[in-house]
Parts: sequence; C-alpha cells; structure tokens
Amino acid sequence: MHVVILGNGVAGVSAALKLRELQPAWEITIVSGESKYHYSRPALMYIFMGHMRYQETKPFADSFWAQQRLELVRAWVTRIDTSEKKLELHGQAPLGYDQLLIATGSKSNKFGWPGQDLDGVQGLWSLQDLKLLYANAERARKAVIVGGGLIGIELAEMLHSRGIHVTFLVMESSYWNNILPDGESGMINREIRAHGIELRLETQLDHVVDDGTGRCRAVVTNHGDEIDCQIVGLTAGVSPNIAVLEGSDIEAGRGVLVDGNLRTSAPDVFAAGDCAEIRAKGDERNTIQQVWYTGKMQGEFAARGLAGKATGDYDSGIYFNSAKFLDLEYHTYGLVGRHIAGEENLYWEHPNGKHAVRIVYTDEGVIGLNTMGLRWRHEVCERWLRDRISVDEAVRRLEEPYFEPELYFRHEPFIRRAFSEALQQPTEGAL
Amino acid sequence: MDAQTLDYDFDEEGIGFGEPLTPEVDAPAGLSLGERGALTLVGLGALSLIVQWAGGPLAGTWVGFASSFGLMFVGGALTFWLASTGTSAGIRNDGTRFRSLFARGTAGWIAGILMTGFYVLLYWYPETLGHPTNGAEPTGLVRVVDPLARLMTNSPASQWFLYGVLYTGAIAVFGVRMLMKYRHNRYQQIRTLSVTFFQAVFAWFLPNLLLYFQKPYMEFNGVWPLKYDYLWPDKIGQLQEAGGLGIFLLFWAVVVALIATPVLTYLYGKRWYCSWVCGCGGLAETLGDPFRQLSSKSTGAWQLERVLIHAVLALVLLITAVVWSNHHFGYLGSWTEPLKQGYGFYIGAVFSGVVGVGFYPLLGNRVWCRFGCPQAAILGLIQRLFSRFRITTNGGQCISCGNCSTYCEMGIDVRAYAQRNENIVRSSCVGCGVCAAVCPRGVLRLENGPPGDRYENADKPLVALVQSLQSTEIHGYEPWKGCPSDSDPVRQSS
Ligand SMILES: Cc1cc2nc3c(=O)[nH]c(=O)nc-3n(C[C@H](O)[C@H](O)[C@H](O)COP(=O)(O)OP(=O)(O)OC[C@H]3O[C@@H](n4cnc5c(N)ncnc54)[C@H](O)[C@@H]3O)c2cc1C
Ligand code: SF4
Ligand code: SF4
Repeated sequence: MHVVILGNGVAGVSAALKLRELQPAWEITIVSGESKYHYSRPALMYIFMGHMRYQETKPFADSFWAQQRLELVRAWVTRIDTSEKKLELHGQAPLGYDQLLIATGSKSNKFGWPGQDLDGVQGLWSLQDLKLLYANAERARKAVIVGGGLIGIELAEMLHSRGIHVTFLVMESSYWNNILPDGESGMINREIRAHGIELRLETQLDHVVDDGTGRCRAVVTNHGDEIDCQIVGLTAGVSPNIAVLEGSDIEAGRGVLVDGNLRTSAPDVFAAGDCAEIRAKGDERNTIQQVWYTGKMQGEFAARGLAGKATGDYDSGIYFNSAKFLDLEYHTYGLVGRHIAGEENLYWEHPNGKHAVRIVYTDEGVIGLNTMGLRWRHEVCERWLRDRISVDEAVRRLEEPYFEPELYFRHEPFIRRAFSEALQQPTEGAL
Repeated sequence: MDAQTLDYDFDEEGIGFGEPLTPEVDAPAGLSLGERGALTLVGLGALSLIVQWAGGPLAGTWVGFASSFGLMFVGGALTFWLASTGTSAGIRNDGTRFRSLFARGTAGWIAGILMTGFYVLLYWYPETLGHPTNGAEPTGLVRVVDPLARLMTNSPASQWFLYGVLYTGAIAVFGVRMLMKYRHNRYQQIRTLSVTFFQAVFAWFLPNLLLYFQKPYMEFNGVWPLKYDYLWPDKIGQLQEAGGLGIFLLFWAVVVALIATPVLTYLYGKRWYCSWVCGCGGLAETLGDPFRQLSSKSTGAWQLERVLIHAVLALVLLITAVVWSNHHFGYLGSWTEPLKQGYGFYIGAVFSGVVGVGFYPLLGNRVWCRFGCPQAAILGLIQRLFSRFRITTNGGQCISCGNCSTYCEMGIDVRAYAQRNENIVRSSCVGCGVCAAVCPRGVLRLENGPPGDRYENADKPLVALVQSLQSTEIHGYEPWKGCPSDSDPVRQSS
C-alpha cells in the first residue's frame, strides 16, 4: 500500500506520523512544494525578527524522516488524477498513489482591490512570502498592513522590529472585535499604539497606488487618505488553498469537501487541516478549522481513516486557541464573543491594562473563558467548560487554573472581589 | 497553480534567510544622551585601566581602582539600565540570531579567543597579569585591585583576587542587564538577585573575610564535588586545625554536600543550586545569558553530554575514594598527588574555566554545567529520579515554534516534549525558566508537585529511566485529546 500525503504542514505531517505508527509496513510519501522539511508556520515571524534561524523552526531533526521511513518529495503538484490515481508534478514524473491525503493548507485572501498585484503588495503565509518580504523590506521605510487579524498584527510587529514605520488599517471599530469582546480588543488597541504602530480603525483599503514602474507607492483608504508606503501587507484573512483541485473531479466548496471521516468525494482520497471543509450534519454550517491544533487533530484522525481504522466522526472537542499581540498573551477557551442567547459576561481588567479575565456564562453554567496577559491551565479550563460549572463555583475556584510562572503576583483575590461584586448586582454585572 | 509559486526555487536550507537588509532608519533612534554618558564612563574606565596596567601613575591607589573598575562597572550597569528604559517590557530577542557576537560570527570568535586567552593567562601565566612572585609587590592589572585586596584580605592582591573582582563585577553588571531584560518576570528577577547575592556574599565577601583572619579559604556556596577538594583529607585536615571556625566550616561543607543537596533537590529540583546559588551558574545566567541560544540541540550533543558528565562524576568519586583510602592506609604514598593535580588541571582549570567560560560565545553559556560538572551530574540524577520538580506543558496550546528549544541553555529540545503535551523531566534542566519566559503561547510552567505524576512510570523511576535510556529520540506530535478525568465517560471507554 502506497499512501501519498500532499502537503508537509502540520496536518500532513501529523497524518504521516500517525499512519507510520498504525501501519509500520506501508509506503508513505509526503509531497510538498514549499520546503524540503516540515517547519512550524506560526514561527515565520521569528525568522524575520532574528529570534530563530529557519533551521530552528523545524520541529524534527532532518534525520528523523528517514528513521521513520517517510519518503519526502519536494515538488509542486499541478493536478490530481483520481481515475488513474496519480499526481502530476511540476517538472517531475507523475507520482502514483493507492490512497491520497490532501493537506494543502490555506492561502491569503485578496478581495480584488485595485493594485493588489503590484510589486511590494503581499500576504504572509509561506516561505515564499517570507522571502518576498525580505526583498520588499530592502527598500521600505513605511508599510501599510491591511486587515486586523492574527497574521496582520504579527506582520506589523515584524516590520516594526526592523525600524519600518507601520500603519495598520483595521476595518472594525476596534482591533479584531469581530472575535474579541470590547475589553480585550481595547487592550490590544492600546498595546499596538504603545509600541509605536499607527493604528487606523474603521479604515479600509480602497486601492494601491502604482509608482509608475509596477510597484506600490502608496495606498488610498476608503476615507480618501493617501498613505505613502513601500510595502502593503494584505492580511485580511485566509481561505482554503484548493488550487490543486482544478481539473479534478474532487468536490469542493470553499475548501475540499469531506465527510465526518474526512473522506472527499473521490475514492481513497482524504483531506485534512486548513484546506478541508467538513460537511455539516443537519442545518448547521460546514466547518473549516484553520488553526494549528486542529491541523494536528485532523491529520491524526485522517491517518486512522487511511489505515482503515476510523472510529466515529471527527470531533475537535472544546475550542481553544492562543495568540500573542506584541507583548500581550491571549488564551481563549470555549464560546466567547459568540453572543449566545442568555449569555452573561464577567470581565476583570487590571488597572494597568495588562491583564484581564473574562468568564462567559449562561444559566446552565460557564461556556467560555478569555485571559489576557495571564496564563491559565488548559486542562482546568476545559474541565470547567465540559462540566458546565456554575459561575459562582468558577469564582470560588479561581485559583485552580493558575498557570503563571512561580513567584508572580497573584491577581485572584482582586478578580474574585470584582466578580463577586458584579454577581451581587446581576444586571450591572454584564459588561 | 499560479506561475509565481511554481517558479519558486529558493533553497531555504542552503542559503537560509539571514538578516533582512532593511534601510537604516533616518531618525537618530540610536543612543540616548544617558546611554552615551554611561558608555563614556565605561570607556574612561577602560582607558584608566590600560594606563594603570602600563604602569601609569594611579595604579595601586583607591582613585586608580575607582577610576578604572569602578567606572567600568557603574557605567556598564547604567548602560544596561538606560538601554531598557523607554522600551516596553516583554521578550525582546530581536536580532539575536543576526548579531555576529551572539551568532558565532567573527565577533563571537574574537570574544571566544579573548576570553579563553584570559583564562590561560590567569591559570598558567599569572605574572603577565601582574601577579606577585616571591613576595614582591603586585604589578600591572593585579595592582589595580590592590587597595581593595588589602582592605578585604589584609594582604597584597593576587591574580585570584583580581579574578574574584572581575567575576563578581561581571555577575553584578550583567545581573542588572537581566533585571532590566526581565522586568516583567519576577521569577527571573528574584533568581538574578539570588545568584548575585550568593556570589557577592557567599563566594566573595565571606571567603575573603576568612583570608583576612588567616583562616582556610572556602566558598560558602561551593559544594563537593564541584569544589572537589572540599571533602578531601587535606582540606579537612586544614579545617580541623583552624579551631572552632574551622569545625564550623567543615560542618558546613558536609551538610551542604550530603544533606542540603538531596533534600533541596527533592523539593525544588536542581535549580535551587544551578540557577539560584552556584557561582558558575551565576556567571552563566548573567554574563552568559546573551549566548544561551548557541547550545547544541542535536541528539549527538545529548549523547556526548550523558557520557562526559557521568565520566567526570565517576572520576571525581574514584579520586576521592583513592585519596581517602590512601589517607588511612598510605599504600600509595605521595602517588595520589599527580592524580589530584591532574584532576585539578584538566577538569578544574581547563574544562570548567578555559572551556567552560571561555567558550561562551562559541558553544553557549553552560558548556561546563552541561558536559562536565560532577555536582550537576549528582543533582541531575536526583532530579530525574526523586524530585518534585518538572516543567508542565499547557494542554494543547503548543504551536511548535521552537523558541523554547532555541533559548534553552542546556540544549534540551523542550519543544519535543511540549508538542506532545508531555512534562519535561530532564536531569540536565537547571530550571532557569527561560523556556517558559520566551514561549509565546504560555505553554510551559516550572512546578513542584508529587514526584509520582511527573511522567509515565514515575513511581518506578529506575525502571522508567532504563526504558528511556534505550532511546534518546522522541517521536512525533501528539494532538490534544481533551482533559483526562475519571468522571469523563469518553475517556474511560477509550
Ligand atoms: C504567520 C502565521 C502565524 C500563524 N500563527 C498561528 C498560531 O499562532 N496558532 C495557530 O493555531 N495557527 C497559526 N497559524 C495558522 C497555522 O499555521 C495553520 O493553521 C496551519 O499551518 C495549517 O496547517 P496545514 O497542514 O493544514 O497547512 P499548511 O501548513 O499550509 O501546509 C500546507 C502545505 O501544502 C503544500 N502544498 C500546497 N499546495 C501544494 C501543491 N499544489 N503541491 C505541493 N504542495 C502543496 C505547501 O507546500 C504547504 O507546505 C499561523 C499562520 C501563519 C501564516
Ligand atoms: S512550548 Fe512554547 S516556545 Fe516551545 S515550541 Fe511550544 S509554543 Fe513554542
Ligand atoms: S528546559 Fe527550560 S528551565 Fe530547563 S534549562 Fe532549559 S530553558 Fe532552562
């Protein structure tokens, strides 16, 4: 049995490793065009900023792959031929498979802005993008970042760290407040400005201005302001990278459509990670999960299917994620900012504006948690949510999830006091 | 597929990425007035030092000392202080991998050669530094610290007194750097204050006080077998002859080595010593901190480390046994002398000094602690087998970025554990806490707790150790499986 895995991102690699464990004798090949070895995509920024060398972003030593008997092929796949069961490769002989896993990840969104294809205008997803950023940064004193998501703020930090003046255009009224409640979002606005990055809220890109040579010279916003810049970072979200499906009969929606077993419409073809769109049961919306940990989960889950050992439907459990906004760490668990019917919020923020905790709850118990500048223990947060403990109990047990480094000041007494007071005045408690 | 992507043939392995060639910023963001002033102090101090070294007028006076080392230390500390003020607190490793000095570039090699050279002079050619021979007066560099030596020890300065001043000064000055760099991190701050205190008082002030009263020399934070001779018959004899104080010192040496070491290591892990108390650790955590990313993370280095450090431990145990049995039975006569001297030369001087510190800019700041120190070997065994210490990983939050592994001075591939949601229980971990500090996702926490829940089979630590020795490799990723709980029906059925 020969299994080919298309994409060496976290989903593809998780699948390959699990499959190796489940099927020690099978032949497994990983094809990927971006890099020879798997690296950690979220670490891209640290290469540019000089925290790490590229080599250090690779989670496994180069010798690891041969030890695991995983064949690595570096090539771009141009077409998938499901009837012949083979992949057409750019500049190389085709590669046959018995089973295939598509794990091609995401690509940066472009919304058809005039000038979006000028030189100096780019997104940030891959090593190619990073290399392009190196080239673009050589002549840059000013940059404009369009779109206030997680990658946008990282790109802003990267360029800022090299002394490039960054203007950050955010469509929303406050950074990422389509996801984050006002408190947290406001903290981040302040953090961005405190670092000397120019934040322009409720501002969108109208078009990019050509300098006459096909390179960007400035952007014009929806308010008609022109901002000089030599780099335009387009970070208005990402979407599944399904270019490779062109010319094949594999069904696609926004992503590669898969069932609960992560099987695509074609026989013996699975998909996992950012590129997969899981069909919903009933009337819910299809699921696309574009984060690191779900890449790991989906990859491993798909490996069970490939190995013929699938168990039930894919379920990623209680949602969690984390990010770092400049110096502000953020962790989230469960449902926060989803405006669930009957939800109430408890929010505490340290007077210095650097630490915050939010508990979202309904009559049935706690449903979501956010922390900013404060580390809580994943396991405990998840147990609270799974057991739906009541908000009173959560306030009583505030010490339990503590995950701050030793010797740090403890905020719980203050948080507890604030929350208890808020709970005694139920109507004003909801912030 | 678009043409641009297909064209991509960049060799990320061979050429790498390197430093972005961004244009110089116009604004004179460079040095503030204060920083320039502080650096001027350092420069003046260095100038004064050179003049005095060359036999200039002020050498051997208090003014001379204050205008050289005094200015350099104060200026250095001020520079670090001022460099951080005005910037926001947080992890700032920007450019670390680009700077020649910290990335094993030309500057790094020059620094390595200079530091190594200094140790060679210190150990084997002390006269070149002005160390007095045959009762003469100190000259050169040593003479500059002479007034302090006379005040503290009531005798002329030696090359070792000079070394003590430099060593303590370096810890204090670079300690200020640590305090500022980690002004958002109380663990790092308190730890830095601790190593500075133990160096200044336990390893410098008190031992010199002993010399003042012509008592046997001892560093109060030094422990056998790092200070290999502290439990050898000669030293013990010396202490016994020194009266009540000597007996106290002997008692101290025995208690620290045989009681405090296992008890504290059980309670807090090896870190209580290696990154809170030890003098070598103190220098590594302050002067050495900018070089931590240079420690090798390869499996080969790990294997070498395990062999070497335990070999040195075996050697010092053997020599200790031999000198004691010879002390009682005398069958070897004076034949144990070359043994003792050989250990002192190769391990005590060459390994721990010349290589251990001299190679900071080449192999990282913990070469000795990782590959050689027998005390670290003992502490490590206790930590691995019978200790409450571990580094816990925070559920499924790791993004495998690699910051933790890169900045681990002991060369531990922390990420390999974190991305599998496993605790880190490694004998070499000195508990510096930097992996936890640099992690951008708050994944790591240094903790003490019941030893039995640290890793699989932790209740049978020897069995587990033997099992783990069969492989040095940790494989793969482990996705988050949800929190384990007895009340969890899903978990129980799977
Ligand atoms: C800057 C940045 C920061 C991020 N930070 C975080 C974070 O903090 N937390 C988090 O959860 N997530 C983060 N993410 C998102 C996270 O990296 C992705 O969710 C994850 O990498 C998706 O993994 P994947 O395996 O599905 O796809 P990818 O990692 O995108 O891998 C897909 C692979 O497929 C290959 N491929 C695609 N098409 C072809 C083809 N036609 N032929 C050959 N090979 C092909 C590519 O070479 C690529 O290597 C970040 C992303 C970026 C860009
Ligand atoms: S533990 Fe933290 S620093 Fe280490 S790889 Fe994971 S996310 Fe990065
Ligand atoms: S594992 Fe972490 S705490 Fe231990 S030595 Fe390495 S960086 Fe320090």
